Amino acid sequence: MTVVDVLPGVGRRLLAGSTDGRLDTHLARYARPPRLDGVQLVGLLRDAGLTGRGGAGFPTWRKVEAVLGASGVPVVVGNGSEGEPASGKDRALMAYQPHLVLDGLQIVAGAVGARQAYLYVAAASAVGVRAALGDRRGAGLDPVPVSVVVAPERFVAGEESAVVNAVAGRAAVPSDKRVRVTEAGVGGAPTLVQNVETLAHLALIARFGPHWFREAGTAEEPGTFLATVGGAVGVPGVVEAGYGVRLGDLVDAAGGPAERLQAVLVGGYHGGWVPALPELAVSRAGLAPYGASPGAGIVVALPVGVCGLVETARIAGYLAGEVAGQCGPCVNGLPRLATTLTDLAHRRGRAGLGREVDAVREVERLSLLVSGRGACRHPDGSVRMIRSAMRTFDADVAAHLAGRCVAEEAR
Amino acid sequence: MSENRLHIDWTACDGRGLCAELLSEILVEDEWGYPLARDGAVEPAVPRALQKNAKRAVDRCPALALRLVNS
Repeated sequence: MTVVDVLPGVGRRLLAGSTDGRLDTHLARYARPPRLDGVQLVGLLRDAGLTGRGGAGFPTWRKVEAVLGASGVPVVVGNGSEGEPASGKDRALMAYQPHLVLDGLQIVAGAVGARQAYLYVAAASAVGVRAALGDRRGAGLDPVPVSVVVAPERFVAGEESAVVNAVAGRAAVPSDKRVRVTEAGVGGAPTLVQNVETLAHLALIARFGPHWFREAGTAEEPGTFLATVGGAVGVPGVVEAGYGVRLGDLVDAAGGPAERLQAVLVGGYHGGWVPALPELAVSRAGLAPYGASPGAGIVVALPVGVCGLVETARIAGYLAGEVAGQCGPCVNGLPRLATTLTDLAHRRGRAGLGREVDAVREVERLSLLVSGRGACRHPDGSVRMIRSAMRTFDADVAAHLAGRCVAEEAR
Repeated sequence: MSENRLHIDWTACDGRGLCAELLSEILVEDEWGYPLARDGAVEPAVPRALQKNAKRAVDRCPALALRLVNS
């Protein structure tokens, strides 16, 4: 995974300046992090319009406010677990700018009055993060102690309640959502879980203010985001851009299309397939007509010669294998969805299904059956991706039912 | 506000099927034996007339997976 230079017009903030990850270069550029109280921080975040960069896009100020309003001494967790296979931006950020993340963690922890903070990261990030924390200790930068917790490499291990469970020493699987973690999370304490990229943006907002933050992105979706651009592009890697960036510019920032593209998976394995239209705005508003959103900034380019249904079936199979094993409808439903999609992808009739019940209707039936019936959004996110494929690749669905494949014929 | 919605803790439910029997007006079993709201809701509403049955289903769930919650 490389960090590539960005084109003019594609903003660069988190990845600006030196990316050697050293504390002295960080302090030379940014100086020590400011201290804010809870009211100041909530105001800043609300004015800036910062939203979570882990995928859900929830307004950050609301979570901070919820934790401030809950009873008990809060706990703060930076989430860099990045269980999504198509994403590399959190690991890149931890390698290149760990001190922006750690500044953000301290600013939040100080503002909410936490006495303990955690950094929950992929195994690949742990050594670097521990070294960075050691340097900061020497410089007296971290008034709130930070413990590093290594996340298991599982898709659902980064889900908020799974993060809380992992930090508390339990298995990193999601919990039932009757009580929010902002009310009772780690050890029953109000817990604020924020993606590491969100914390890095926060560290810059605390220094440069909300007006500066809003100079990038759109009025409704301000700021920049890290995108992991992969698939059929020249230089797969992590790029930074403002929300609303043209899809074509984002792909060009990663070396441009390696082949003619037919579609793009935006937002990752829980995201949505959209047609490869260069003019498409990568923002919630721009992607909403396709049932997609930028999510955690994942963009996977699919060339015309690769079958979108085969790729979708492969991803569905992966997602079925990543169920936490707790919730019956998900445990049973996702493998059934994956099998049905695999049959469709390989143009096989399905034993046990009458001819009149085609794969399309079976996919829709199973999608409705699993949606909303789990402790986390794994079934819902999987269904979102699958249904977007049925729409975006509708010509190929019809072709497959007739025993042909559009992608095969395009080769 | 009375507790008039049915919440299923999917991490606890193992599909014994008692709730679908005791509350057949609201729940059916899906093809794997897990409770499925007839109206498709994630947390189906419990009409006043069925509150007693719903409480019984909550109390008798062997996995303690069922709760009545506020909407």
